[in-house]
Amino acid sequence: MSLHADIELRRGNLHLCAALQVEPGETLCLVGPNGAGKSSMLQVLAGLLPLERGRVELAGRVLDGGPRGVWVPPEARGVGVVFQDPLLWPHLTVVDNVAFGPRCQGRPRRMARTLAREWLARVGLSDECFTQRPAVLSGGQAQRVALARALAAAPSLLLLDEPLAAVDASGRTALRRLLRTRLFEFEGPRVVVAHQLEDALALADRIAVLEGGRVVQCGTAADLVAAPRSPYVADFVGLNCFTGNCRGGVVDLGGVQLAVVTPLEGPVSVTVHPRAVSLFRTRPEGSPRNIWCAVVEGLEPTPDRVRVRLGGDLALVAEVTPAAVAALRLADGGAVWVAMKATELQVVAR
Amino acid sequence: MHAPFGTAVVRAAWIPVLAIAAALPSGCQRAAAAPRPARVFAAASLTRVFRALATEFAVRHPEWPIELHFAGTPQLVLQLREGAPADVFAAADESNMQRVVRSGRTAGVPEVFARNTLTIVTARGNPRGVRELADLGRTDLRVVLCGPHVPAGRYARQALRRAGVEVRPRSDEPSVNSVVSKVALGEADAGVVYRTDATAAHDRVEAVAIPAARNVVGGYPIAVLRTGPNRAVGQRFVAFVRSAVGQSILGRFGFLAP
Amino acid sequence: MSPVRRPLPGVLALVVALGVVFFLLPLVALCLRTPVARLGELLGSGELRDALWLSLLCSLGAASASLLLGVPLALWLARSGSRWCVPVRVLVTLPMVLPPVVAGVAMLLAFGRNGMVGAWLLQFGVALPFTTAGVVVAATYVALPFFVVTLEGGLRALDRRHEDAAATLGAGPWRVLCTVTVPMVGPSLRAGLLAAWARALGEFGATITFAGNLAGETRTLPLAVYVALEAEPDAAIVLSLVLVALSAGVLFALRRQWYPGP
Repeated sequence: MSLHADIELRRGNLHLCAALQVEPGETLCLVGPNGAGKSSMLQVLAGLLPLERGRVELAGRVLDGGPRGVWVPPEARGVGVVFQDPLLWPHLTVVDNVAFGPRCQGRPRRMARTLAREWLARVGLSDECFTQRPAVLSGGQAQRVALARALAAAPSLLLLDEPLAAVDASGRTALRRLLRTRLFEFEGPRVVVAHQLEDALALADRIAVLEGGRVVQCGTAADLVAAPRSPYVADFVGLNCFTGNCRGGVVDLGGVQLAVVTPLEGPVSVTVHPRAVSLFRTRPEGSPRNIWCAVVEGLEPTPDRVRVRLGGDLALVAEVTPAAVAALRLADGGAVWVAMKATELQVVAR
Repeated sequence: MHAPFGTAVVRAAWIPVLAIAAALPSGCQRAAAAPRPARVFAAASLTRVFRALATEFAVRHPEWPIELHFAGTPQLVLQLREGAPADVFAAADESNMQRVVRSGRTAGVPEVFARNTLTIVTARGNPRGVRELADLGRTDLRVVLCGPHVPAGRYARQALRRAGVEVRPRSDEPSVNSVVSKVALGEADAGVVYRTDATAAHDRVEAVAIPAARNVVGGYPIAVLRTGPNRAVGQRFVAFVRSAVGQSILGRFGFLAP
Repeated sequence: MSPVRRPLPGVLALVVALGVVFFLLPLVALCLRTPVARLGELLGSGELRDALWLSLLCSLGAASASLLLGVPLALWLARSGSRWCVPVRVLVTLPMVLPPVVAGVAMLLAFGRNGMVGAWLLQFGVALPFTTAGVVVAATYVALPFFVVTLEGGLRALDRRHEDAAATLGAGPWRVLCTVTVPMVGPSLRAGLLAAWARALGEFGATITFAGNLAGETRTLPLAVYVALEAEPDAAIVLSLVLVALSAGVLFALRRQWYPGP
C-alpha cells in the first residue's frame, strides 16, 4: 500500500525533481517556500499534472511513467485530494457534495447519501447543514465537508494541500485537531502540504522540505531542529541560520565574524536559537566574544516571549521576555548591542 | 484578455467621433453653397432605367443635381406617408400612387409615363417545360410570385385569375428582384415578373412570353411632391422623363409608351 | 454590498435618463398609434395567430439547436487551446456582424436546392428553402453565435479546480461535464439561451431571403410585420405590439433566473 514517487517535470521557472516514499499509515508533510513545487507535487500524484520523467507507484500499481509510460487518469487512481480552497460545488447540497464520490463508484443515490451523512457526522458537521448549499458554510465548515468528500470516496492515498490556509485563526485549532484524528484513522499513505510549523508538528510523522523543486531535507521534526540544512529550514523551525566559511574557530559571514567552538574547516552552516541571542542597550562587558551593534526592525509577540527582528550587518531574530522589551525600550527601535556565546552556536559542515 | 482589447476599442472609438466633428462644419458649408439636390423616389423595377435617365439628365443639366432612392413601391408609400422628404415619386402602380395623393403630399396630378407587361421566368433552358400561364397551376412546379401588395404580385394574380389558373405560390416575395433570384438559383421552377426584369436578367433566367390577350399592362405614374428639398428641379426631371429623350431611354430598357 | 448607496454623478444620471427615454420613445409611439377601435378584430385574425405560433415554434427550435451545437463548440473554444480556435471563433461570431440578408444568400448557396449541401440533401427528399425547417436553420445560423460567445465567457471564468476535484473523486470526463461543468456555468448557459432565443425571434433578413415568405409556413411575426406594413399599417402596428409584449413578457418572467439583483 505504500507510495513511491520519483518525479521530474518543468513548469514555468520550476524544475521539480524529487523523490518521495510514504508508508501506509504514515503522514508526510511537504514544506517549503512559495513556488518550491509542493502543489505541483500533489497534482502529479493526483494525476492532474503529467510528469516528464520518473514514476509514481501506489501499492505496487504504476500510476504514471515507468518503463512502459503508463498514465492512469485521476478518476481511476483512487487518490483523495483536499485542496487549499474547499472547492465545494455550489449547485449541490452539502450531502450531495459528499455523496459524489460514492455515486461515481456506482452506489445508488440513497446509499450514497447515507454514507455521506455518516462522513459528515464524523467531521463534526451538524445535521441542519446537510441539506443546505455550501455557500452558507463558514471556511472551517466548508473545509470539513471537503475532507468528508475526499474520505467518502474511500481513496487509497490521501493528499491535503494546505488544508488550513483558507480557514481563519479561530477555527484553525479545532480543524487541526480533527485532521489529526481523521488522518490517524486513514490507513493509506497521506501527504500534507503545510505552511506553518504547528501544522507540520501536529500532523506529520516525517517532514520533507522542498526548495527550488528539490528535497533539501527529509526527517522528523526533531531532525530538522537538530541540524537544519538550509536557512529556510532553520527559519521554519524558528532558528537563526547563517552560512559561511570556517577557519580556525572563526566563521566569516562576509562582514561579520563569529567565534565558534568547532574543529571544522571550510563551508559550514551556523545555527543559533533565538533565546541564545542577548540584547543590551550599552556595550556589555565580560565573556561573550561575539558582540556587535544591530538595528531593531520589528517585534512579533508569541504566547510567552517577544521575537525581535534585527537588521544591520547580520539579519537575525532574538527572543526575549516582555519585561526585557520594556526595560530595553525596544519598541522605540534604534540601535542595540547583540551578544552570543560561542558555545551556543551549532556548526554543521555543508 | 478582454481588458486591453477593450481599452483599445475605447481609444479607437474617438477617432471616428473626432473625424465627424471635424467634418461637420465643412459639410454644412457645402450644403449652404450649392443648390440642394432634388430627391427622386422610384419603384424598384425602375432601378436600371432611372439610373440611365439621371445620368443623361446630369449631362444635359449639370447645374440641377438630383438624388435617386429605390425601394418596393409600398415601402416608398410608407416612407412618404411618415414624412420622408422627396420631390418626385415614380410608382409601379396607380393604387399606391393614389394612397400618396390621398395623403395630400402631391403637388400636381400624377401622369403615367411608361407601361410594362408581365412575363413568366424559368431557369435557363426552361428545363421544366413551362409554355404558358396554365402550366403554373401544375402541382409539380414550385412557383413564386411577388406578394399581393407588391404591384407586380397584384398584376400577376390578376393575369392568372383571368386565365382561370389557380396557383399556390411557395412564397410571397418582397420584390421582383427576389423572384428573379429565387428562379435563377433553382429554388423555384417559375415566377412571374415584368418583361423588363426578365430582359435585364436574361443571362440568368429564361423568359416565357405571355400573349398580349392574357397579359396585364401596368402603368407607372409619376408625380411632383410638395415635401422635398428642391421642387423646381424635381419638376424639370419629371418633364425630362416625359420628353422624347426620356421616352427613348425608357424604350431602350423595354418599357412601353404610356 | 456597501450599506451606503452613493449616487451617480449628476451628468451621468442625466445621460441615464436620456438613454431610458431613447428606449422608451419608440414603444410609446407604437402604443399611441395603436388603432384601439380595431384592436379586437386585428388581434383575433388568423394571420396573427399563425405568425405568432410559427415564431414561437421556430425561435424555440433555433434555441434548442443552438444548445445542441453550441455547448460542444463553446467547450472546444474555451478549452482546447488549439491554434484553430482563432479562425473558428471568427467563423462562429461572423453571423453577429454579417447583415442577415447576406447570411440568407450564403445559406441559399449552401443549403438551397442547387447548393453545395442542399443538392445532396435533396436526394434524401430534404429541402430547406420555403419550409419551416428552413426558418429554423436560418434563425439558428444567426442566433448560435450569441449562445456560443456567452457560454464560452462563462466557461473561461469557471475555476477548473472544481472539475479537478470531481475527477479525483472518480468522475470520468462525461460525468464531470454533466454534473459539474454544465451546472456550474448554468447562469451563462441560460443567459446565452435567452440571447439566442431573442435573436431568433426577431430574425428577419436571413429568413425572408432563405426560407421565403408564406403564411403559415415561413411567415414569422417579423415577416408578417413587414408584409402588413405595405398593405395595412394598422395591422403592422398591432403585430409589432404583440412581438414587443411577447419579448418583454418573457424577459420579465425570467428576470430572476437570468440576472441576479433587483
